[in-house]
Amino acid sequence: MEIVVCVKWRPDTSEADLTIGSGGKDIKKDGLDYDINEWDRFAIEEAVQIKEKMGGKVTVVSVAPEDAEEMLRETLARGADEAFQLWDDAFEGSDGYAVARILANFIKARPYDLILTGTLADDDCGGQVGGMLAALLGIPSSTLVSKIEVRDGKIRFNRELEGGLYEAVDMDLPAVVSVATGLNEPRFVSIRAVRKVASAEIPTVGLEDIGLDEAQVGPSGSRILIENVSMPPEGEGAEIIRGAVEEVAARLAEVLKEKGGIR
Amino acid sequence: MTLLEPADVPIAGIPSQFLSPVILAVAVCLFCYAIFKRIDVLRKAMPDPRFSDLGVRTKLALVYGFGQWRQPRYLGAGILHILLFAGFLILSLRSLTLIGRGFSSGFHLPFLTGTAGFCYEVLKDYAVLIVLVVCIVAMVRRAVFQPARYAHPGVQGHESEAYIILGLVSVLMVTDMLYDGSALKAEGRTAETFLFPAATLASLFMPGHDAGTLNYFHIGGYWAHILIFFGLLNYLPVSKHFHVITAIPNVFFSNLDKGAIKPVRWGVEDWMELDEIGVSRFQGFTWKHVLDFYSCADCGRCSDNCPATSVGRDLSPKMISIKAKDYAYKYYPVFGTAPDPGEVKFTGDIISEKEIWACTTCGACEAECPILIEYIDKIVDMRRYLLEQGRLPASLQKPMQQIKKRGNAYGAPKTKRAAWTNELEGVEVRELKEGDSTDLLFFVDSCGSFDPRIQEIARSFARILSRASMDFGILGQDETDSGNEIRRIGEEGLFEQVASKNIDAFRSRMFREIVAFDPHALNAIRNDYPERFPVLHASQLIERLLAEGKIHLSGNYLEDRLVTYHDPCYLGRHNGIYREPRSVLNRLPGIRFLDMRRSFSRSFCCSGGGILLWYENEEEKERMGERRVRMAEEIGAQVIVTACPFCLINLEDAIKTTGNEGKIEVIDLVELVDKYTSA
Repeated sequence: MEIVVCVKWRPDTSEADLTIGSGGKDIKKDGLDYDINEWDRFAIEEAVQIKEKMGGKVTVVSVAPEDAEEMLRETLARGADEAFQLWDDAFEGSDGYAVARILANFIKARPYDLILTGTLADDDCGGQVGGMLAALLGIPSSTLVSKIEVRDGKIRFNRELEGGLYEAVDMDLPAVVSVATGLNEPRFVSIRAVRKVASAEIPTVGLEDIGLDEAQVGPSGSRILIENVSMPPEGEGAEIIRGAVEEVAARLAEVLKEKGGIR
Repeated sequence: MTLLEPADVPIAGIPSQFLSPVILAVAVCLFCYAIFKRIDVLRKAMPDPRFSDLGVRTKLALVYGFGQWRQPRYLGAGILHILLFAGFLILSLRSLTLIGRGFSSGFHLPFLTGTAGFCYEVLKDYAVLIVLVVCIVAMVRRAVFQPARYAHPGVQGHESEAYIILGLVSVLMVTDMLYDGSALKAEGRTAETFLFPAATLASLFMPGHDAGTLNYFHIGGYWAHILIFFGLLNYLPVSKHFHVITAIPNVFFSNLDKGAIKPVRWGVEDWMELDEIGVSRFQGFTWKHVLDFYSCADCGRCSDNCPATSVGRDLSPKMISIKAKDYAYKYYPVFGTAPDPGEVKFTGDIISEKEIWACTTCGACEAECPILIEYIDKIVDMRRYLLEQGRLPASLQKPMQQIKKRGNAYGAPKTKRAAWTNELEGVEVRELKEGDSTDLLFFVDSCGSFDPRIQEIARSFARILSRASMDFGILGQDETDSGNEIRRIGEEGLFEQVASKNIDAFRSRMFREIVAFDPHALNAIRNDYPERFPVLHASQLIERLLAEGKIHLSGNYLEDRLVTYHDPCYLGRHNGIYREPRSVLNRLPGIRFLDMRRSFSRSFCCSGGGILLWYENEEEKERMGERRVRMAEEIGAQVIVTACPFCLINLEDAIKTTGNEGKIEVIDLVELVDKYTSA
């Protein structure tokens, strides 16, 4: 079974103090730590678990610059068999569509049965690459997937809906499956495990090898243009209600009535 | 009349001069063969350098082995055991004498003739009686009172071992009494009750002057004694009573490197290149660990003091030793062919993952074991293996990744490591750059740098140092997590990384000593780091400052409330610092202080160590912190003073969950001294 996992190399915005960059079209990224998208970590673990059960090969791909090499090496330590870094300076500034284009061109030249990825990237929450990649390859796709079972050329899984509901889906392979978080427990990767794959080769694949030209990638290949990024307005903060229990309850009921929380 | 001696009475026509050597030879050969097979397993195990400091080791063997130093920690059982052990030593000469009697009648050991011999006979007789009484008391105690620590949860087949041994030893004593009692009766020496109480007692049950019957008792008693003696000898290597032979060697070879964790493999520099690390198979243990398994006497004192066992986690240290010994006896048998373990994995099947992760490395088990059996290194070795398979409890994955990326488990950016100093009014905390020098290097560690509650301790300490006009500084951004917990979780690679970053930071600055208020940092730097730096704990420094008159205590913050002190595991048990925190507390004006029942080396872990604060255990019925707060409630304490940030966090949480908010206050020693020096 040939499994391809697409991962994103993105800044960790969870604990950082974000500021808007000059030009107002993006956040300032130089002080930030970059790492693998959390959702994609679940995708890799799923791929490796499927391989361990059924045999086959796991290939990890990322559209990312040189700095991402350490991240890709860690995916090898996790159990992936090979990793590719797709980059060219022209790729800088690509939106979801352009990234999907790059990935599609690379992947279609190789054998693949299943493509896994995380549903969202946890920095910009785009959620576009999976679906667009599938459309470009002409194969089916799904999102927020868990409980994956592969059998006889088909894949069966649960897809998360609203309100805690799930739908069970049967899909023909090859397909693009975007996973939900929590569908497995990603294994721990120790320093020693990464050291063991220190000498593995991670090829860089550029514009020409992928078979695209400059107009098809970067800002010119993108269909979305970000006009402006700004911080949300700061509110006054929470009102802390102090006092005896009865006083607090009375004030709370008042506030709820005022704000329309109680009819 | 005088009775016939064994050496003069053939058995079924065979002279004893033939029987005795044959029995002796067979028994000794069997015994040596069994010992050889047991030692063979040690040869196949991993290396462990335990031949240094022979003088220190000999002293340990004398104090803990022959001196039975730890036995009285359980006074009743301890006295019983000491009597049994002393009796055993005294009677060993008797056994040799009796063996000799099979060769020639009236045999005596060369130095035990005349007056000396007579004195020994008296001593021996008392020993026989005492041992018999002790065995009976022990059997009754075990059967009737059923001490909880003797149980074997989840493992069958060990219930009768103790009774077999106690029974056999009792019969051994009785046969000796028959041998001597019959002689006493025959020779009419019945007025020697207080010289030979055992023999006299036996003689009471014997018929008057029937020489024939008395001879039967004498000769029969002798051969029964010989056979049971050699039977017992050969029972030792195949039962829990192997400890009779291995206990004192076990103490001799015990761990002299307190507080440190063993390297991944002794004698291997580049351990990352090894095919296998940690313990997955039984042979992954070192030979000393296997000797530990052989030596476990099933006394249960370790588990009786284990906080994990106490709150219902799956871990019971004794059961690890028992299960490992059973595994060794089963798959490396003395007789017969060794069965194939097949699919059974030692780490995972014999010892479960839950047991392995439940340990907080508090060291209570090691502090209690009368024969100094080690547990922490074994747990860490098994964790090392599990980690390589990627099996780390889910709750710990994120903190560990954060340490890798940011040098602290909180995920906070490195640049903010010294941010706690911003809210410090009136005190300048120097951030030492490379090449700077200072008198005291204050190692804050991650808790103190990023946890808002613990930052208060860091500020308190900075204020104290400032009031004492100490020249001190911190590493600031160049400080990385000390790595104490990382090593104990089994991530040796990451531990080496953080340790080397800290050591580089130390090397590029000049200072006289390092001080930390976090005992985990203290432990790692003092015991685990490959390079040694002088380091002390805040409580030791404060005691020194008080003695030198650099700070003075005044005030009434405690207001007559009853104060107790919780000994942190990494300050107390692992580093022997019990006195200094108490000495500081006792200088506080007007303090009312009382130790809890579990204090000093019997202190009860708060669950904070060895596994990071984030670990969630599903099996426990109660949190260790809550159990500890109840112990404070027991003595009516209104203030719990501690000297470790993890303890503070766990105990403060427990105060809330046990409904003691407002009734009991938890405070760090440093914070308390801050309050009493702020005037």
